[in-house]
Amino acid sequence: MASDTKHLEITLETQVESVNLAEEMCLRVAEAAGFGEDDCYRIGMSVREGVINAFHYGNQERADKKIHLAIDLTADKMIIHVLDEGTGFQLSDVPDPLAEENLLSTSGRGIFLMRAFMDEFAVISGRTGGAEIVMSKKLPTPGSTSPNGQGGQSATPQQEA
Amino acid sequence: MALHATHRDAGQVTVVDLSGRIVLGDGSALLRKTIRGLLDEQRTMILLNLADVDYIDSSGIGELVSGFTAVKNRSGDLKLLHLTKKVKDLLQITKLYTVFDVFTDEGTALRSFG
Repeated sequence: MASDTKHLEITLETQVESVNLAEEMCLRVAEAAGFGEDDCYRIGMSVREGVINAFHYGNQERADKKIHLAIDLTADKMIIHVLDEGTGFQLSDVPDPLAEENLLSTSGRGIFLMRAFMDEFAVISGRTGGAEIVMSKKLPTPGSTSPNGQGGQSATPQQEA
Repeated sequence: MALHATHRDAGQVTVVDLSGRIVLGDGSALLRKTIRGLLDEQRTMILLNLADVDYIDSSGIGELVSGFTAVKNRSGDLKLLHLTKKVKDLLQITKLYTVFDVFTDEGTALRSFG
């Protein structure tokens, strides 16, 4: 880790309240890092979805398992890690929520939203054996005063009714 | 901000006024309870007023879809009114904007139920 990287780490219980706690914590870091309102929304939503994924799919809502959240603030981006204590998963196994047959599914949109809202997104095998979501957003550059910075490559609405 | 829900009758249609966040936990649970409660009362024409809902996560989206399906299965209709920009964007990127009937005017929405 580079010396100018700020690192923050917290271990969360596998409970619904952890989702809000993680979101609030990351929002504070994002705001302090200079992200505008829209980017903060996208970061907050992505953290929510990452922790929901860990809570529900990774840890299977088991109270004896933990969720590990870490934030790295480097010179040019905010990197968020969400690690669960499940058995891991492959991104290729996640159904496409935009496929016609999945549109009315009541779940399965979290990964899609994280990919849409962040600049970089990956799922790796974590040190616990569970899945580790790693996602990042570039810091606003000096002079980019717009509070409406764009999200990831898919954040632009793809259709209009 | 916790979700609040009240409902009022407009002829055959029940308008549900929601405010707050529809997210994992109490928010999603309240939406589910509200829609299921209306279906139990044979109220199958439902208009969700989302004017004061500025945040929905994937659990909330799932609950909207679940409610939509439950109402359709009872030969009813669930439509949306007054989406905030964030909610509209969210429904667009998830391709649900064309699944739901969405309105910006309550009178027009009510008449659309026929």
